[in-house]
Amino acid sequence: MKKLLLAAAVSALATGAAWADTVRMGTEGAYPPYNFINDKGEVDGFERELGDEICKRAELDCTWVTNEWDSIIPNLVSGNYDTIIAGMSVTAERDEVIDFTNEYIPPSPSGYVGLADGSVDVMKGIIAAQTNTIQAGHVAASGATLVEFATPDETIAAVKNGEADAVLADKDFLAPIVAESGGMLAFVSDDVAIGGGVAMGMRESDGELKAKMNAAIDSMKADGTLNTMLAKWFEENAPQW
Amino acid sequence: MFEICADPRSLEGLTWLSCYLTTPKHSAMYFSILTVLGMLLAVVPPILMLGFAGALARRSKIAPIRWFGLGYTSIVRGVPDIVFFLFFPIALDQAVEYIRHKIKCSDVLEPIYQGNDFVVCQAAKMPLGTSDQFYHEAWGFSLAVITFAIVFGAFTANTLHGALNAVPKGQLETARAFGMSERQTFWRVHMPQMWVYALPGLSNLWMILIKATPLLFLLGVKDIVYWAKELGSMKTQVYAYAHPDWRVWYFLALLVFYLFLTWISQRVFDRIFARASRGMAVAT
Repeated sequence: MKKLLLAAAVSALATGAAWADTVRMGTEGAYPPYNFINDKGEVDGFERELGDEICKRAELDCTWVTNEWDSIIPNLVSGNYDTIIAGMSVTAERDEVIDFTNEYIPPSPSGYVGLADGSVDVMKGIIAAQTNTIQAGHVAASGATLVEFATPDETIAAVKNGEADAVLADKDFLAPIVAESGGMLAFVSDDVAIGGGVAMGMRESDGELKAKMNAAIDSMKADGTLNTMLAKWFEENAPQW
Repeated sequence: MFEICADPRSLEGLTWLSCYLTTPKHSAMYFSILTVLGMLLAVVPPILMLGFAGALARRSKIAPIRWFGLGYTSIVRGVPDIVFFLFFPIALDQAVEYIRHKIKCSDVLEPIYQGNDFVVCQAAKMPLGTSDQFYHEAWGFSLAVITFAIVFGAFTANTLHGALNAVPKGQLETARAFGMSERQTFWRVHMPQMWVYALPGLSNLWMILIKATPLLFLLGVKDIVYWAKELGSMKTQVYAYAHPDWRVWYFLALLVFYLFLTWISQRVFDRIFARASRGMAVAT
């Protein structure tokens, strides 16, 4: 039973080592290729590979936990896990509540995806976006009608079943979905640049851990491993360091 | 799982499906059926205990106990479930960690509330940061059981309170006339007859409890509805088993599961009711 539960939830990398060094990495697990739960039931994706490498360089024992996007910040500040590594863009509002490490993904464009055979005015139509994302904020400010969903997957479903005219999300998330939709979906508008890069969220009181993470991220930028990872998980023309 | 499943992309048809349905992720969903059933069973004793305590408190001759019983049932029944489920477990979790911090780390001078952060020392974490994921899940499960027990205990208290009041007064007067003490009257006459009036209400509560189990996800316990959503959603080639949006099939399976559960429950309740109404003048 114990074994099954383990396999079910998240892979526990942590073994022996000093207990103060066990860092719980919080992610959403529903935003491929950033982070998702693979068929083994483990957290997988760009951020899993990145996080494991950061922990290795910072000599930390890391264990992965998932939490739904909506309550991902409240659960960080109340101490249920120690970092948010979930494709979270740095914004001023978030920075007031939590701290961010150095960015590990450069600012990358967002895109509108709609049905390939329809015509959409993204400034006036009904646009789907995930709750509490920079994209949702952008849609609300753009004059279009915003419909919010709790998970990224539901925003795509809303476009497919006609509930929304288009969805606004990170292009790296949308590109594989468009490519595999068999011609049903397409990018329907120009890309938009919103928000800063993506970084790990930390508690403001955790300065020491943040410094360790920053050092690891910087060393990965310096020796090019971060660029290799970005190229592996994201589309060809995704921005690099 | 099996040898043939080593390379999912090369599989087709039934082989693909059988490999797909036996991935560890699917096992997690099958296992979550046990989580849901286990929760339902674990939560019944505390619900009945709280229900009885609440009902008896409301009948108490001592005013403060009566007020307490009335306050508990009224307040908990009045607060929307979802608010209660969002607030209470976090508050309980923080309260436990707060107390552990005060006991175990009395030498730490930094405040626990630092701006937005709730910071307790590592030794006060519940469960410890180093604990196996199993203990984190078990702790979340326990918080869920306590929360469900408090919410449904209040409804049960009200049902039992009503049922105790519904037993005809003549029955109790007759018992006293036979020379039974208060205690004997309660346990031999009042309680056994109360069940007939309580059971319809209790069976309602049980059905609502079954349907409320998806609230488990709010408490961080991954239940069967969560897994159905997660597994059913569209999977791109990044996953080993890519497939389009299959949520409708997973939800159909959920429908069958929940209907089966309620159907079984109804049959059990029918039997209990038949037993409770033996020798009672009920119109059946």
